[in-house]
Amino acid sequence: TDAVPPQVVPGADSSSRQLCFAWGPAEVLVCETLFGRAGGSRSRCLPCSPCPSRFWGEGGAGAAARALTDSVAGTEDGAPSSSRVFVVRRDQDIYIQTLRKLFNESHGIFMGLQRSEEELAGKSRKAQLVQVSKNYRSVIRACMEDMHQAAVSTRDPALQGQYSTQVSILSAMELIWNLCEILFVEAATAGPLLLRLLDWVRLHVCDVDSMVREVLSSESPSKHKLFWNVVDVFVLQGRMDEARHLLSKEASANPTSMNMYKILDDLMKKMPVPSLSNTQTLTELELKWQHWHEECQRYLQDGTFASNPHMESICKILLGDEDAILEKKELMTTWYHFLVTRLLYSHPTVKPMELRFYAQSSMDLFLGGESSPEPLDMILMAAFEFEMHQVIKECSIVLSNWWFVAHLTDLLDHCKLLQSHNLYFGSNMREFLLLEYASGLFSHHSLWQLGVDYFDHCPEYGRVYLELHIERIPLSTEQKALKVLRICEQRQMHEQVRSICKIMAMKALRNNRLGSALSWSIRAKDAAFATLISDRFLKDYCERGCFSDLDLIDNLGPSMLLSDRLTFLGKYREFHRLYGEKRFPEAARLLLTLMTAHIAPCSFWMTLLTDALPLLEQKEVIFSAEQTYELMRCLEDLTARNPAKQKFQDDDIETTKVEMLRLALARNLARVIVKEGTVEGS
Amino acid sequence: AMEDVSAKFVSQKISRTRWRPLPAAALQPPDIFATGSWDNEDNRISIWSAGDLGNAGLNGEYHGEPHLLCDIQHNGDVMDMQFLDQERIVVASSTGTVTIFRHHQNNQTLSANHRWEKAHYHVDQDTSCGGAACTGVVCSNPEIVTVGEDGRINLFRADQKDAVRTIDNADSSTLHAVTFLRTTEILTVNSIGQLKIWDLRQQRNEPSQIFSLAGDRVPLHCVDRHPNQQHIVATGGQDGMLSIWDIRQGTMPVSLLNAHEAEMWEVHFHPSDPDHLFTCSEDGSLWHWDTSTNVSEKPSFLHQGGRSTAYLSHSTVNQSVVSAWLSNDPTKDRMEITNLIPNQTLSVNSLDVLGPCLVYGTDSEAIYVNRQLFA
Repeated sequence: TDAVPPQVVPGADSSSRQLCFAWGPAEVLVCETLFGRAGGSRSRCLPCSPCPSRFWGEGGAGAAARALTDSVAGTEDGAPSSSRVFVVRRDQDIYIQTLRKLFNESHGIFMGLQRSEEELAGKSRKAQLVQVSKNYRSVIRACMEDMHQAAVSTRDPALQGQYSTQVSILSAMELIWNLCEILFVEAATAGPLLLRLLDWVRLHVCDVDSMVREVLSSESPSKHKLFWNVVDVFVLQGRMDEARHLLSKEASANPTSMNMYKILDDLMKKMPVPSLSNTQTLTELELKWQHWHEECQRYLQDGTFASNPHMESICKILLGDEDAILEKKELMTTWYHFLVTRLLYSHPTVKPMELRFYAQSSMDLFLGGESSPEPLDMILMAAFEFEMHQVIKECSIVLSNWWFVAHLTDLLDHCKLLQSHNLYFGSNMREFLLLEYASGLFSHHSLWQLGVDYFDHCPEYGRVYLELHIERIPLSTEQKALKVLRICEQRQMHEQVRSICKIMAMKALRNNRLGSALSWSIRAKDAAFATLISDRFLKDYCERGCFSDLDLIDNLGPSMLLSDRLTFLGKYREFHRLYGEKRFPEAARLLLTLMTAHIAPCSFWMTLLTDALPLLEQKEVIFSAEQTYELMRCLEDLTARNPAKQKFQDDDIETTKVEMLRLALARNLARVIVKEGTVEGS
Repeated sequence: AMEDVSAKFVSQKISRTRWRPLPAAALQPPDIFATGSWDNEDNRISIWSAGDLGNAGLNGEYHGEPHLLCDIQHNGDVMDMQFLDQERIVVASSTGTVTIFRHHQNNQTLSANHRWEKAHYHVDQDTSCGGAACTGVVCSNPEIVTVGEDGRINLFRADQKDAVRTIDNADSSTLHAVTFLRTTEILTVNSIGQLKIWDLRQQRNEPSQIFSLAGDRVPLHCVDRHPNQQHIVATGGQDGMLSIWDIRQGTMPVSLLNAHEAEMWEVHFHPSDPDHLFTCSEDGSLWHWDTSTNVSEKPSFLHQGGRSTAYLSHSTVNQSVVSAWLSNDPTKDRMEITNLIPNQTLSVNSLDVLGPCLVYGTDSEAIYVNRQLFA
């Protein structure tokens, strides 16, 4: 796409220092390096990916790229200027508190739209999409009201300025959206099109509202110095009933010109307007309109209103006289109001495709070369020209958020208006903008949860983006980790599930919470980590001679099978329980199985054999001859393995242990042979 | 009906919502509630008025939206919250600190009344970091019990500086929630699917009873006790399952009811009409479980139609002899289950019921009040 206006990072001085950049998913880090400048001086510009930056002319001081001097890295030698890191965020509106309402509420509408029935045919589908569009607009309006309220109630002038800026941004967004709704979503046809445009103008040109209120609430409106201005406003906006009502007041105060009023009133009453129902055809309307137009013309030419310049000018307006309408420039305030008034009185049956000509000439006439069009004018013009992509592009550049373009584009895409447009990198425009918006949400401390659903509805790259972003969410509490984990599990993101559980297990381990650590690795089915934790338990046992966290180990259940070491831990604990309950034969059998079935790690065999000692020393013979032989083989295996490979810390003690074991085993064998012989013999 | 729900977007993710308890002789439905936020750079405790029914339209439907009375900054995520009395709220923080806030009703302000810094901690209480999230709090004035990620149980008294009793390493896994069983006994649930009873009179640092889910040890996240039949306990798990336990018998739940598709964050019996139970979940749903067998048996206040009917906070309690919650097959013909939020997408983190009123808060940064729960 086209070049993007450069952005200045306040405070970063590239004339004296070289700057370095690091691009993150949602922000750019800029820092000054210790390298001097190697001649030449570039401007302090930051090349940036399409970043909404500038904002419409007046009142638009707010949105220049605001770099946040986030942290001052503490280098010992450097002057403060050489150690700054600037964080440049690409979507700064995300950080406005009041707009969070917009993001959250529109998220619900967005999700509803994605779920909505594609099968609904023709009219009902269109009605559905128009309703969605209206819902989006009502959220913008609600947000605007909140922001306005905030601006009114704050005493801090800086904050007030900020809020007012936001109000004008939101109102511009709603203005554009509304026009797109009429032209693209609803695709109003000749006739209804004009009515919709009139509504649009009435809704958005509110500069004159206070004047209207003032005049109407005055004691005798017809005496008010702005009386005729208000009548003109009504006429310019096609609000005939209101204009006639006002005029009737003036008429009753001026009995002499009663006749003139009556004629004008009659003309205004008779003016044919398009209807939304299909009861009259366009041709019928055009005929009627032609007839009425001629009537107006007659009265103007025979000088009926010559004695009253106000009424004469109204009659000229009714006739669509461009000069007469342009004289009321101040009352219309914008060229698009002029356009709609012009259409109302000269081309009421304008077709959508003819709009572009009238729009262009209206803008030229209205601005009259005095001022150049603002970005907002260009966007509206592009809409009148049905250049949807141009509208979206201009909005992307001008607005300081991705919310608007992302949601509007998604809606237009659901209207099946954007299908042919593929971007060079493979994903379409809808997806590109949704990805940008969702990335912005993910860079926010709290709004990241909303971003997930947007990524879900990006078929091409959504998954990859989600994977990259979700790993950057800080896991401050287990509760938050569980929420992130749920998101990953629902989407079968096994890699991320493992990594989150591992992080949490490590944290728990560092805090000596072996139980928690184990439940995290069980959740991830992470056998290696379960082994690691089991080893910690066993080490603790060897050091202290008792188990910690019995409540956990005694209740491992099926999760015991996750890793061999965990199985061993559980079984070993079971041995202790059996022993404690004096169920010696069972305990002995279990102990032996732990070694012969190779459940116990070799390093633990000596401990197990030592555990066998008290059993060998019992009055009652517990190990059978066969079992004793197996114990002996275990001991010999161990000693055969050990001298070469493993150095015992204290060889003396180990040697003694082995000696004692051999002795105990030999004595047990002797006793058991006698016993078994006796039993068999008897 | 959904039309009776009023919503307000509050620009912060809500982790807890709690009605202020009604004074003993109150004839009015509840109006004031508190919320706590989580995962914001700046978390807050806020007091709201649900708006009075004077705004009700001709058909008795309710219009106004909740409005903020006052709020105060809170350090860390609000993990749990409970009113101690009419004026004081006990708040559990992810930093491990437990704070009592006082709501001054005369000038509508909030202030921190008392604070136990790092009541929950890992390794060493005195180091600068190392606080462990306090996950649950329950109070019965003046006693306050807290549990945390550190597996610790604390017993505080509102008027005493130091903990009355602390059980270090009470649980080797994370304790997720706590509630009173009787005046001296508490119930805790943990992240390996266990429900434990602790008798605080005994000096032993071990639970007096352990109950446990069979099979996979699915973590339990919330617990509530039947207000009248104290042996009946409901818990909610990570898999969204609702478990009903009879703590007089066995070590396993009496019934397991398939409910939500993700973590059940809170479960509450209706305090004065415990045939009704409410649960909310990470999956964005809020369910109303109704075991009142026959419509005509409903206590009269449930039929309250408009603003003229006085609400009786101490109406006749549920008289059923055998609780429907313990019947062998509660799913069969006796239980009516309604999802009160059909199209929600983000988590419903908290709910509270009192009288005919329900309040809940979500991760989509909105609070909702339903004033005619049984209409």
